[in-house]
Amino acid sequence: VNFNAPHIDYAALSPVLALTVGLCVVLLSGVFRPLHRTAPGLTLITLAATAGLLIWQWGDATDLISGALRLDDLAISISLIAILTAAFAVLFSIREPAAEQAGKGEYHALLLGSVLGMVLLAQAQNLVSFFVAIETLSIPLYILCATNMRREKSLESGLKYLIVGSLGSATLLYGMALLYGGSGSTDFSGIAAGISQEGVLSDPLVLIGIAMTAVGLAFKTSVAPFHQWTPDVYEGAPTPITSFMAVATKAAAFAVFVRFFDVALAPQANEWQPALAVLAAISIVIGNVGALGQESLKRLLGYSGIAQAGYILGGLVVASEAGVNALVFYLAGYAFMNLAAFAVLVARERETPYGDDIRAVQGLGRERPLLAWPLTISMLGLAGLPATVGFIGKLYLIEALVEGDYTWLAVFIAVGTMISLAYYLRVVAAMWMRPGSEAAGATPAIAGASPEADPIDPDAGRRIYLVAPAILAAAGVVFFGVIPQPLVEFAEHAGSSLF
Amino acid sequence: MINSLLWTPLVFGLIGLFLPKRLTGWWATLGAVATLGIATALVAGFDSGASGLQDTVDVNWIPGLGVDYSLGIDGLNVFLVLLTAVLWTAGTAFAAFREQERPHLFFLMMLIGETATLGSFLAQDLLLFVLFFDLMLVPFYFLFGAWGGDREGGPTAAAATLKMIVYTLIGSLLMLVAAIATAIIAADGGHITFSIAELAKHPIGEGSQRWIFWFFAAAFLVKMPAFLLHGWMPDAYRAAPLPALAVFSGVLAKVGAYGFLRVVLPLFPDATVEFQEVILVIALASILYGSVMAFTQTNVRLIAGYSSVAQLGFITAGIFALSADGADGAILQMVNHGLVVAPLFVIIALLVERSGTEDLREMGGMAMKAPVLAALFLIVTLATLAMPGSANFVGEFYILNGLFDSKIVFAFVAISGVAMSAYYALRLYQRTMHNRRPDGLESREINWRDGIVLVPLVVCILGLALYPQLILKRTDISVTQAVAAAEGPSGGSPKTLSRSRPGRTTATTTQLREPAFWETPPTAHPRQEAVQQ
Repeated sequence: VNFNAPHIDYAALSPVLALTVGLCVVLLSGVFRPLHRTAPGLTLITLAATAGLLIWQWGDATDLISGALRLDDLAISISLIAILTAAFAVLFSIREPAAEQAGKGEYHALLLGSVLGMVLLAQAQNLVSFFVAIETLSIPLYILCATNMRREKSLESGLKYLIVGSLGSATLLYGMALLYGGSGSTDFSGIAAGISQEGVLSDPLVLIGIAMTAVGLAFKTSVAPFHQWTPDVYEGAPTPITSFMAVATKAAAFAVFVRFFDVALAPQANEWQPALAVLAAISIVIGNVGALGQESLKRLLGYSGIAQAGYILGGLVVASEAGVNALVFYLAGYAFMNLAAFAVLVARERETPYGDDIRAVQGLGRERPLLAWPLTISMLGLAGLPATVGFIGKLYLIEALVEGDYTWLAVFIAVGTMISLAYYLRVVAAMWMRPGSEAAGATPAIAGASPEADPIDPDAGRRIYLVAPAILAAAGVVFFGVIPQPLVEFAEHAGSSLF
Repeated sequence: MINSLLWTPLVFGLIGLFLPKRLTGWWATLGAVATLGIATALVAGFDSGASGLQDTVDVNWIPGLGVDYSLGIDGLNVFLVLLTAVLWTAGTAFAAFREQERPHLFFLMMLIGETATLGSFLAQDLLLFVLFFDLMLVPFYFLFGAWGGDREGGPTAAAATLKMIVYTLIGSLLMLVAAIATAIIAADGGHITFSIAELAKHPIGEGSQRWIFWFFAAAFLVKMPAFLLHGWMPDAYRAAPLPALAVFSGVLAKVGAYGFLRVVLPLFPDATVEFQEVILVIALASILYGSVMAFTQTNVRLIAGYSSVAQLGFITAGIFALSADGADGAILQMVNHGLVVAPLFVIIALLVERSGTEDLREMGGMAMKAPVLAALFLIVTLATLAMPGSANFVGEFYILNGLFDSKIVFAFVAISGVAMSAYYALRLYQRTMHNRRPDGLESREINWRDGIVLVPLVVCILGLALYPQLILKRTDISVTQAVAAAEGPSGGSPKTLSRSRPGRTTATTTQLREPAFWETPPTAHPRQEAVQQ
């Protein structure tokens, strides 16, 4: 018997392998009781090693596993964003009640499992690997959302995410099946070839398939009107997990969104462009208006994430290289801005009895300037004010949109940004323009919270593992707002790997 | 040099964060003085005969997006830069003489504000201009919101400031879209550049100009603020801390008017001509509304605020006369108004300190015990109402002259604004300084500290009154260029065409026409002086 083993490109697979090995080690560290304290450290080492291997592969474009995956600069850049976010989430999880309750090993292993799903998803160029990756990403998150077991809201959040997420996955899978039926291929380039044939384009089944995959992805990226789960899940989940979901999930889902639409469905661009543009516009309006009255900062950031998803989707709408560049740039900037905000949120949640209520940051400017500045910079950045990466990101997106003849959507972004000022600046005003809240001795005002579930740590605002990430992320927001060129080049690499 | 001018305030502000509290104010003042020194050196080295930009810096900032870090001065901005430096020095010093809460942050924000304002005057790249234009808001958001006063029965300082921010950003975010659209349409698939000079060489099509014009106009008119877009002004002015308000009202409002000259006229000449009368109507409405409001208000801040609306209306009218005279006058008037309104707010701060109220009806009789303060106030008042002999008179004269040439009907309406300004300026002076002194009001003479702040500003007013040519001589060439594009196709009314002035359209000559019989103001006619030199 003559058997030719397939060629395996271990170098290009190395990030995925490193993550898998790390995941197993971290999980085992939880099993052996004396070792479970090492889990966060091991997780960080795994993430660092993966990031290193990814950077090593920077600039290459390799098809892996007979074309199921493709490691190119788009995949690498998005994976790096996800890994950076995960590393921040690990730091936020130090002394987090949820991590203690779930068991450190399991908690961190699940986190790594989700990262693995993201790294795979960013590389997926086949319907099967696409679906497997998106489930690998989602299932650990369903559990992680519910890890704060003494809080009702956390359990509710996990269950809600599970149900809505499954619905999204089912829709996605149905759409994939229809697309496969119409085009005869599961491969992205095969689909592109299949739907280019005459007659296939007008096949209603293919169009329905496209629509359903778009809906499924819109669920994952929390694009309105498929966003309803976002504020609830964000609010209920442990805050470190919320930060991870808000940034990394969005980045990974957008990566496959881009690859799927700009590669597999490129021949039908004229059909889906207007539809996605409308989704983006709805998202901008619903997200920004929804955030206006929120008292919970996590809900506020949830709605703001919906609006930001609308902006980011704009980069996909134009189906051009400039659009993908803008999208990746914005995602990277979005990561810095959100991580700075979440670091402060985690600190204040542990420090005050107000949880994630806006009162938790009242008078922060006097009390903890080292936390107030990062949150201020983050809010100004998300609002798109100059000298932050948010401004350059919007500039990038608007430039791509105007070039792609979607000026009306650019105007939508501008209008949405105006509305958003009202709630972002409300947070800034609470920090700098109000006296501090009389925190001492007050009973927790947040529904579903209990003293034993949320022990107050009066020094949380000084912990280096929270203050340093906050300052680092905020410094990134300002640095790339003033010297954006390195990040622009990073994004250009990603865009050029598709076009 | 121009780089150090722009970044000196910011650097001083950041270093100030690490100094002890009581030193920060002085350190910030030192920073403002250093900036003033650099600005003065720039103006002294300014070649008034050359056309085009001087002292330029041009670096690729974001090559991927076609954005350059490009600065330069010319006749349009040279005195506005100087004005910024002067007023900031006064405002910072005034604040430093008083105890501020959280001084580190206060002075940092003041100096960031100065850098941002200087940046928007200096920027020669459209996107850089938009960036600085938006950036100006951030420090003033903090200054007004955190150091402002909450009003009983009215919005809190934070709410009033938020209103201001949302209003102003409505304009400037649309401006961002418009700026990008301009560059992309002009590039037409080629290399994208945001350089204002490059974009002015090939104006974009008329259809695009129309909507882009309004996006820019919205940003500038809100900033001024012009009539109908001034809704943020009363609340914000009432909330703002006075040292910050002095620079805000003195300089930031001018950025809007300057934007018309720098960006709108050269880049969108067709739309400018098309909408000239619409903007003129808005400008005249601002003059009338601002004046009427100014003499019915009882809050001293609002009197100054509404008078600014009227004055900015005048400046806009001058720009949209679309003649070199009008625009010359507009620039002179921008500087004049800045020099008048900043001391006015300083004086208001002093009056409020003495009387403990901002209500005009509860003030009066302060001149008795404070003759020096009254004298300084009188000079400022007379300059505000454009007394013949003041530089404001020359400025308004030029504006009206330009307006008479192109749109005579509008000029007649605008004249009424001159008369009304006399009423509200004198009313403010009289009600506070003269009349009967209410019981319990203690008047004090101005002390030497406030004198240090106020006297130099008044000296500037007097100096400019004696020699307005200082500004006109240096601005003329650039102004002529700026309005040339819009002046060319329309020519305003047929009357202007018949009186076309060859010297106007070329950059290098300063050929002058004979002054008409009515053009003999009490001061020496500036243009005649130019000939004599």
